[in-house]
Amino acid sequence: MIDSVVYKKKSRFKRNFQRYGVISLMALPGVLYLLINNYLPMFGVIVAFKNVNYAKGILNSPWVGLDNFKFLFKSTDAFIMTRNTILYNIAFISIGLVASVSMAILLNEIAHAKLYKVYQSTFIIPYMVSYTIVGYIVFALLSPDRGFVNSVLSTVFHKGAVNWYTEPKYWPFILVFVNTWKNFGYACVIYLASIISIDTSLFEAAKIDGANRWQNIRYITIPGIKPIIITLTLLSIGRIFYSDFGLFYQVTLNSGIISSTTSVIDIYVYRALMNTGEIGMASAAGLYQSSVGFVLILVANWVVRKVSNENALF
Amino acid sequence: MSTVITTSTKVKKKIVVKKISDLWIHIIMTIVSCMCILPFILIFIISISDEKMVDIQGYSFFPLKFSSAAYTYLFNDSSAIVRAYGITIFVTIVGTTVSLLIGSMLAYVISRKDFPLKNILAFYVFFTMLFNGGLVPWFLVYSHILNLNDSFLALIVPNLLLSGFNVLIMRSFFSNNVEVSLIEAAYLDGAGEFRIFLKIVLPLSLPVLATIGLFTTLSYWNDWFNSLIFMNNNKNISLQYLMTKALMNIQFLKTSQNATTEMGRIASEMPSETVRMAMAIVGVGPILLAYPFFQKYFIRGLTIGSVKG
Repeated sequence: MIDSVVYKKKSRFKRNFQRYGVISLMALPGVLYLLINNYLPMFGVIVAFKNVNYAKGILNSPWVGLDNFKFLFKSTDAFIMTRNTILYNIAFISIGLVASVSMAILLNEIAHAKLYKVYQSTFIIPYMVSYTIVGYIVFALLSPDRGFVNSVLSTVFHKGAVNWYTEPKYWPFILVFVNTWKNFGYACVIYLASIISIDTSLFEAAKIDGANRWQNIRYITIPGIKPIIITLTLLSIGRIFYSDFGLFYQVTLNSGIISSTTSVIDIYVYRALMNTGEIGMASAAGLYQSSVGFVLILVANWVVRKVSNENALF
Repeated sequence: MSTVITTSTKVKKKIVVKKISDLWIHIIMTIVSCMCILPFILIFIISISDEKMVDIQGYSFFPLKFSSAAYTYLFNDSSAIVRAYGITIFVTIVGTTVSLLIGSMLAYVISRKDFPLKNILAFYVFFTMLFNGGLVPWFLVYSHILNLNDSFLALIVPNLLLSGFNVLIMRSFFSNNVEVSLIEAAYLDGAGEFRIFLKIVLPLSLPVLATIGLFTTLSYWNDWFNSLIFMNNNKNISLQYLMTKALMNIQFLKTSQNATTEMGRIASEMPSETVRMAMAIVGVGPILLAYPFFQKYFIRGLTIGSVKG
């Protein structure tokens, strides 16, 4: 009896192996890649608890417990970078939301098919280009001696030149503006797709009732896209501990003088790892970011499930 | 009679109001569109300005004199730029091809409803979207375990080669658009798994492959991060990173007070103002030129993630 069960199991395994052997091989490269690129670094977070010494090798470096974290949170850096990351993300989310939703609604009002296409296409051009190019554009505008903004300031407003790259106080505005400029087109396209999928009979009924444009927007369009607005916003709140490295590195030209208002967690980790060589601090900050980030994304998804189940990530 | 007249004037009034507000919408849209493209035009105009005029006028939309000197310099005298261009093209082509191949294979396996491990694999892919180890362990894996520093592989492999998100998008496409009966029929006819994948699944999935391929191409073309992290020798660097260095080093030289003679020597070899902007145009040009042809796929691709399959 037992023998026959074992025999059956074996043959099932054998059958499966014959049937799915080749197909498993097809999955193998991708699986191995994710193992190296994603899973190995996940286990690698143990370096945050070590005093890494390249000469001894990573695995043989001595354990130091929570020392790296103690140093990190004793420094003022931890507070500044956490504050900057969260405040920037709040500004990006709220201003980006207003910009992209209003652009999507206005775009939807345009009946002229060709112009509609032209507007939509130009809106996403900034989204396509790299932050290197954005860095060049911002430099062309803000360069202290040749920049377009300074020459407008001096010729039109008769004001002196501003040294943008050394003044921390301007950067929150600049970075929020640049981020909105680069990314609103992407969100606009998504909201537009959601507006188009609203049941058109609602608009027809409203027309018969004599609703004007503003009433249409207020009572049909906005309620219609509310679920997707809530979902996207919650998911970006779930990523509030992360920031776009390119934005903070390229657009500021990696200037250290203004880091009080431009240093976010990703920038801190990069500088600690590559410039100052404080691997312990860098990995502690990195683990702090990814574990808080992990919890936040789980919470955000849980809330999305409560609000609109079909939009949840999982 | 009089009521008819008043309603018709009312309707007329309404149409006029609509026309005026239409005009306002067009004005707003035109302003926003201009804000999106004028910066690129500014960069382009600087690149074809005369260098001396830039020194006098600053960066301007209306230079007093034009010149093609920047582009001549770029393609005749600057081997570093031509080299970075070649590297970027090579990395983009190889990376996108390999990425599509291994990504679609993995996605196909997960999409097969009869495959016993499909749920485990799907979670394995999905979890990479939720948690990551951060920059430091990721850097240590590539630079100290695999020793990829300064090699071409460092521009192709880290992060860019496969994204869990793209795999899951392809998985949904395969399971919605490729009939199971088709695969079974081919299997019964004696076709091998790999042959089924190449001859049946891929040809049926060209739309999703085109979209994902387009986004992968863009992310390779736009990449500077891998060069920043892994390239110490400045020889095998991508175009975008070369541009980053050209922008930041001049800035550094200008802000540093005690520029030594060594630095001054480097500064004189650096691309001048117009050449730098010409580099930016050369870096972004291919994308902008090809944009009208792929914008349909691009816009479709942007919404793909928000609509779950």
